[in-house]
Amino acid sequence: MKGSEIIIKALLEEKVEAVFGYPGGSVIPLFDKLYDYPQLNFYLVRHEQAAAHAADGYARATGKVGVCIATSGPGATNLTTGIATAYMDSIPMVAITGQVKSSLIGNDAFQEADVTGITRSISKHNYLVKNVRDLAPTIKEAFYLAQSGRPGPVVIDVPVDMQLQEADFDYSGEVGLRSYKPTVDGHPGQIKRALKLIRESVRPVIMIGGGVIISGADSEVTAFAEAIKAPVTATLMGLGGFPENHPLYLGMPGMHGTAYANLAITDSDLLITIGNRFDDRVTGKTDEFAPRAKIIHIDIDPTSISKNIKVDVPIVGDARRVLTDMLAVLTDADKPDTADWLATVDGWKKKHPLAYEQKPDGYIKPQYVIRTLDELTGGEAIVVTEVGQNQMWAAQFYTFTRPRRFLSSGGLGTMGYGFPAAMGAAAVVKDRPVVCIAGDGSIQMNIQELATVASYNIPVKIVILNNHYLGMVRQWQELFYQRRYSGTPLKNPDFVKVSDGYGVAAARVKEPSAVKDALRTMLDHNGPYLLEVDIEPEENVFPMVPAGEAINRMIGGMS
Amino acid sequence: MSVHILQALVENKFGVLARIASLFSARGYNIQSLAVGETHDPTVSCMTIVVNAEDEGILEQIQKQLNKLIDVITVRDLTRTDYIDRELLLVRLRYDAGNRDKVDALHERYTFHLFDKQENYAVLEFTGDSTLVESLLSDLEPIGVTELVRTGKIAISK
Repeated sequence: MKGSEIIIKALLEEKVEAVFGYPGGSVIPLFDKLYDYPQLNFYLVRHEQAAAHAADGYARATGKVGVCIATSGPGATNLTTGIATAYMDSIPMVAITGQVKSSLIGNDAFQEADVTGITRSISKHNYLVKNVRDLAPTIKEAFYLAQSGRPGPVVIDVPVDMQLQEADFDYSGEVGLRSYKPTVDGHPGQIKRALKLIRESVRPVIMIGGGVIISGADSEVTAFAEAIKAPVTATLMGLGGFPENHPLYLGMPGMHGTAYANLAITDSDLLITIGNRFDDRVTGKTDEFAPRAKIIHIDIDPTSISKNIKVDVPIVGDARRVLTDMLAVLTDADKPDTADWLATVDGWKKKHPLAYEQKPDGYIKPQYVIRTLDELTGGEAIVVTEVGQNQMWAAQFYTFTRPRRFLSSGGLGTMGYGFPAAMGAAAVVKDRPVVCIAGDGSIQMNIQELATVASYNIPVKIVILNNHYLGMVRQWQELFYQRRYSGTPLKNPDFVKVSDGYGVAAARVKEPSAVKDALRTMLDHNGPYLLEVDIEPEENVFPMVPAGEAINRMIGGMS
Repeated sequence: MSVHILQALVENKFGVLARIASLFSARGYNIQSLAVGETHDPTVSCMTIVVNAEDEGILEQIQKQLNKLIDVITVRDLTRTDYIDRELLLVRLRYDAGNRDKVDALHERYTFHLFDKQENYAVLEFTGDSTLVESLLSDLEPIGVTELVRTGKIAISK
């Protein structure tokens, strides 16, 4: 069969339920075959970047590999922001790009770009298919790489002649890579060393990251935390990896973390980190991060270990398997007495709660919007954020109790991610609302996708927290640049009219008293919906650790 | 700063050299030399990478990051074992009545080959370990080197 059909058959073998993409000259043969396979559920986006983010949102919400397709040259370069976003957050994705005819590669042909060159440092791996017989094994390998070990995006660049040439379709071969064997089981000796540190600690803190979500280790984390009676902090990527309504929960650490999480880390004598990589937004000044603590670091990626923070006991392995093994050998004698420590932490929780005040006749507070959404959805929605203040408020004020409920561009911090990612999630998740929390800046980076959600009736709910600023940068300017608002005030379109123009129902709310009903109307609406909320223009995200400062030196929110 | 010789066995595939090179440039690691060639197994290439690492942590990261590349099979730091290293030099130098004696005298100390002898110039070929190579180069400097080409180090464990 033709290469184009081999691609389709391979995607079906991989049980792909949705494909996001955009056609172009170098993928016309592939699109021609796609026409015959409606079961692949192709979604035509309006910009390739959205295809990558939608595949990413689909992957984060379901745990499966997201798939996006674009043509050569500009199609492929438009995917790159989405590929880099997925790479930074370890999201399984396969991106298929068309390429110019093999014989034209290197000739500066029409719509030619060196896609493997461009995506080399933003993908887990990439391929240029040079022989149609390699197509099926390459796709199989790509799916395997994308979802195994530390997951990530894999790019397959397929010249148009490879889509037209014929080969047999054989998907039965095993993927055998002598150079790629991720370590999934923790070393028993290291686990023993870790237990010794746990036994000797009196002020332990568990810090979980995105690895817990990826490996599905959430219930093991809960069992482990309850067993050793240690408080748990979850990074932005780890939100939902531990129930936020649990008495041991500390909130998020780092730049916009809770005061009590940051104080607990700073005072701890043992930090057990699971599936995270010590991002600078989490650690602040590394010399003063957890200065009194021994550190146990469980991570599947050896490069994450001792990269930013030197650790005492590294355990390379899959978070879930390592925790299962640890729980199996953990005895009562290993469990530290943390009663005093938990009392101290509870004192901090009471003294420095995340706070805001919604006056009945003042501006709408963004925190109140998130809290109300939380209440109306019972914490059960999938919340997808853009990047900036909207993202931090959503992280701080929605109660995530389960994994895969908070989808956000953590590592790359990609504005324009949220809406298309929400679209990708909502395309397949039908049993709960998918709500995109956006800012008035970021929504405009992929607002054209209103056309996509309208045409497929994808029931995404968009809440624009409109403060008429690029709020996070404005906040930095207010705090560190003498309120010189350079490049941050936004003259926005009428979002309701824009939405109306695309055929998506929309409303605007300006009064605090109307917020709840407006959100309820949005959630009850059958189909996509855009709600613009006019919020306090100069509201800040607090607490805040200034960049490069120690995390216990926060400003704001310490009331 | 410490210099280490890393030996990476990699899949002999299209684009592998570019992956290694872009890893070094993207992460800001210092590379002193890199030599690549096929091994006795034609599906495997050996890269000898001489790196300048600021500290142990960076060196560890370089090795781990190399290992993380899908096409890299193994990475070893040869500097931690007994090893033999060699480098090949080709040097065009002035070779005339004025310095012929000096070059010939050097020939006594270093076993190099002189060929392509022209009226005033000759090409010198030398293979040796880093100590000998550096020593020869400093001895040649006053004589008048007009062109120098080095392969970069290759090494093998003892």
